[in-house]
Amino acid sequence: MNNDALVQIDHVTFGYDQRVILSDVTLTFPRGKVIAIMGGSGCGKTTLLRLIGGTLTPQKGAISFDGQPVNPRDRDGLYRLRRRVGMLFQFGALFTDLTVFDNVAFPLREHTRLPPAMIRALVLMKLNAVGLRGAAYLKPADLSGGMARRVALARAIALDPDLIMYDEPFAGLDPISLGVAANLIRRLNDATGATSLVVSHDVRECFKISDYVYVISGGRIVGRGTPDEVQASDDPEVRQFILGEPDGPVKFHYPARDYAADLELH
Amino acid sequence: MNAADRLATLGVRALDVMRGLGHSAFFFFELLKSAPSALRRLYLTVAQIHSIGNRSVVIIAASGLAVGFVLALQGYYTLSRYGAAESLGLLVALSLVRELGPVVTALLFAGRAGTSLTAEIGLMKAGEQLAAMEMMAVDPKARVLAPRFLAGVLAMPLLAAMFSAVGILGGYVVGVLMIGIDPGAFWSQMQAGVDVWDDVGNGIVKSVVFGIACTFIALYQGYEAQATPEGVAQATTRTVVVSSLAVLGLDFVLTALMFSTPH
Repeated sequence: MNNDALVQIDHVTFGYDQRVILSDVTLTFPRGKVIAIMGGSGCGKTTLLRLIGGTLTPQKGAISFDGQPVNPRDRDGLYRLRRRVGMLFQFGALFTDLTVFDNVAFPLREHTRLPPAMIRALVLMKLNAVGLRGAAYLKPADLSGGMARRVALARAIALDPDLIMYDEPFAGLDPISLGVAANLIRRLNDATGATSLVVSHDVRECFKISDYVYVISGGRIVGRGTPDEVQASDDPEVRQFILGEPDGPVKFHYPARDYAADLELH
Repeated sequence: MNAADRLATLGVRALDVMRGLGHSAFFFFELLKSAPSALRRLYLTVAQIHSIGNRSVVIIAASGLAVGFVLALQGYYTLSRYGAAESLGLLVALSLVRELGPVVTALLFAGRAGTSLTAEIGLMKAGEQLAAMEMMAVDPKARVLAPRFLAGVLAMPLLAAMFSAVGILGGYVVGVLMIGIDPGAFWSQMQAGVDVWDDVGNGIVKSVVFGIACTFIALYQGYEAQATPEGVAQATTRTVVVSSLAVLGLDFVLTALMFSTPH
């Protein structure tokens, strides 16, 4: 196993009942890098994050974090692992009953015994890093979608995690917020020395900020490499995805019986 | 559908029911196990007692008063036929303390506090707040559910006591002030006839059991709700239906156990 890898996913298969979501995928996430996992909606990207976080158990294969196996049955081990992982949920998942400040302070108060003054300083520093120190005493309901996600990012990095996982960080953002988010992901990664894992279908932003890209389609990895390598790929599935073609290896039509037969034209 | 198919369907149903029961029992024990952590986060429990308990006071007091009024009217109607109108205070107090206080409070609690617990937890789940907590290595059962559970179990007997107290005052207003029963008889018969352990004590035991049942059902329905608008709506409805049936069923069992031997 590669010692530089923070997370290693080894021949993992996962599915619900008959539906296979990931089949025999192997990925390596080296330390200190921004890695993008791209693919269409429903291709198993978010499932991959849940597998790493241990909220789902792979049917086959193994996942390891910093050399330790991720075992969803070992609750204490899992919680120790999760303290080293920050996760940004797609819509932020902020606690709506707490202020922005208390949201960011939440992991610090739950996991440390720092004095209030220290927590205050840390929270304000994290909020400053995402540009929202001035919004510390607003409630999540008063924030725009982009701001809520930045607060969630401040919360995700509150304990200085080794791994930051982003679930669709660009979905539904306006162009300015999009640029801010992309810039933040890269900057935080470089400043904290963490490893970042970005799950997204936003081709342009992902290519801009990531060191390494995986393209998933139909539960398999169809493309991998640096952004330049993936862009130069001649694999038809990768090309369809990055060029955004409506029809190709991934069909426009959901499987159906013959069109003429459905309209009873015979 | 032939007989074998029907049998198979029945078997599947029965298995589903058993699985549901097992799942909820497992959930209940996990909730009990995490209850001590609510004591470590006392401020959360206090906040929940405020929102579950204090905010239910108005509806509980108003209902208690109305029930006390009606009890006195109906009680007087029957008792006066036998020349026992002086026992009205005793009748009102015993009815409230032994039966109506705990049961009606629990039914109101299910509608007022239970639904809000279910909807709150269900929406937290739908907004991925519980998943986010889990990913931050904070157990949502300990952080979110346990304080609410403890608060519900503590609030229920207090609300029931308040219901009974206000109900007795209501009975006093109708019986003594309006009908004109002798106030001395009203209070002294009550004092002589209500036993602290057999009547008040058992009423408290009932309302503690109802508190456990109602709060558990509300939290379970919210936690297991489908994370969609329809899912939360259904879970909220189930909270009221299941809690009400559970309260009525448990009340019969408890009453049979407690009051079966006459003193």
